[in-house]
Amino acid sequence: MNVTQQIINAIWLGSVYSLFSLGYALVFSVLGVLNLAHSAIFMWGAFIGLVSVLYFGFPVWLSVPVAMIGAGLLAVLLERVAFAPLRARGAPRISQLISSIGASILLVSVAQLIFQQLFGAQMLARFPLGSIPTDPIEGLPFNVTPIQVIILVVALVLMVLLQLLISRTRLGQRMRAVAFNTRTASLLGINVGGIFVFTFFLAGALAGAAGVLFGLAYNALTPFIGEAIALKGLTVIVLGGLGNIQGALIGGFVVAGLEVFSIAAGGSNYRDAIVFSLLFLILLVRPQGLVGQKEGTRA
Amino acid sequence: MEFLSSLGISEPVVQFALINAILGLSIYLTLFTGMFSLANAGFMAIGAFTGVIITQRLGLPLPIGVAGGMLMAGVIALPIGLPVLRLRDIYLAIATIGFGEVVRILILNFDPLVSGLIGMDVEITGGALGIKRIPKLTETWHLIIFLILISYFITRLHRSRFGRAMAAIRQDEKAAANMGIDTVYVKNVVFILSAMIAGGAGAWSGHLTRIISPGDFGFDKAVDILAFAVLGGTSTWVGPIVGGFVLTALPEVLRFADQFRGVINGLILMLVIVYVPGGLVNPAGIRRIFERLRGRKSPSAVPPTSTEAGSKA
Repeated sequence: MNVTQQIINAIWLGSVYSLFSLGYALVFSVLGVLNLAHSAIFMWGAFIGLVSVLYFGFPVWLSVPVAMIGAGLLAVLLERVAFAPLRARGAPRISQLISSIGASILLVSVAQLIFQQLFGAQMLARFPLGSIPTDPIEGLPFNVTPIQVIILVVALVLMVLLQLLISRTRLGQRMRAVAFNTRTASLLGINVGGIFVFTFFLAGALAGAAGVLFGLAYNALTPFIGEAIALKGLTVIVLGGLGNIQGALIGGFVVAGLEVFSIAAGGSNYRDAIVFSLLFLILLVRPQGLVGQKEGTRA
Repeated sequence: MEFLSSLGISEPVVQFALINAILGLSIYLTLFTGMFSLANAGFMAIGAFTGVIITQRLGLPLPIGVAGGMLMAGVIALPIGLPVLRLRDIYLAIATIGFGEVVRILILNFDPLVSGLIGMDVEITGGALGIKRIPKLTETWHLIIFLILISYFITRLHRSRFGRAMAAIRQDEKAAANMGIDTVYVKNVVFILSAMIAGGAGAWSGHLTRIISPGDFGFDKAVDILAFAVLGGTSTWVGPIVGGFVLTALPEVLRFADQFRGVINGLILMLVIVYVPGGLVNPAGIRRIFERLRGRKSPSAVPPTSTEAGSKA
């Protein structure tokens, strides 16, 4: 087993996982709800990026920001339709979870209908061949394609930007205040509803970026690409401690590493079982996550 | 019967509606006790595979297959429930989702796993393709009797000391524990009962669909089962049965193309939880509407329904 190669694979896959899971964690941190439609937004991000290239002739690099904005707006819509009415009623978190499952089914089903119309019964779509540099970079001791490097760089840049936004700006300060205590934050004059909408936009944009990068990496898009990553993302945020941003970042790389190395060790059939057993174990032994902090200090 | 078939409800539809009603009841038990568990699809898979292996591979009669499926689901529920039921709310939901996936993957890889352990090739669960050519043994009247038995059992349970303890735990687990209720015991027994009902439903459905594969029992199935209970409402045991029937019959009655199924299901789940949080069968909600119509003031203390009261916000 070529260990260097596996580490490389784990790093770029982990960057996609982390990017995706950051949105999960962000919403959980600020709103205290688990948005299971996050993976549907991920898929829609990839789809929006693809459509912008295939039907509007955008250059491939532009599909990333387009996907981010599109997925972000979709997430805002989701917040307004599936979460805001429940929050207004003071419904429990579980109701919001169920509502997000409904929204997820709806979003995936609508995508299925559109995929069928556009790409036929196979529902498989690809970015135009040759638009993505897929030949391995020469002169390196391991296999890495330019697109993998680009994905890693884009993902890391987005993560740093998010970190700066949260820790260094007024807006981030307000988000942290809302995450810490919604009622107090609103008493201090913070527009809590606006922060919720912005959080969803941010989470959606991150999912959209992860989606389109994932789509570029594998270049085989179906309405179902969100399913696998939805459950992986759950493992990631549980591993990092629900609602813990840094935890989600690290968790993404840990889960990807685990997955890549269990495939390399010949256990490709069990890689998901290993990941989910880990999820199980963490919940039982250390529900606050590996890098867990006290409740109040999250975000 | 002719009226039903004119609506597009044929016998198979009725059979699946019955199975879905049973599945709805299985998750109803845990929801009624305030536990949000999504493990039922996993237990259904365990029941289906155990039941089919008993009848098809061992050649034993169907009742033994169903009993075996229920028993196996119950036996597996015990070691799962003990640690997992310490979790609450979203954490319990995530853990049970993880459990469902592990069950699915283990069934998928069961053959090579066992072959490796005993040192020779065996075919038990049939990998990703699953088990085919299962004898179609399940009859409609089997399912009706099973549903009646389960319903009777649940109504008896509700009137028992144990059933009151379940309701108490849903309302407030800490208060229930302070009242001297052994919450760990009650929650685990309910979890096992729920698993057994789901296992039974799995065994029946395996002998109805005649083909089972691990993919049939994934996260989608868990969500379907949840939808039966949420749509029907979980304040009474009638709710999940109604929910199972409505969600099975609706696509047939409306005769919309199969491809719109997901759109409708997703919409229903979302709209119900947002606008009809008590579900279709919700005596308290209906009473409130009547009182409002008669111009009376609705009672200030609104009794919470189970999905709503399942956990504190």
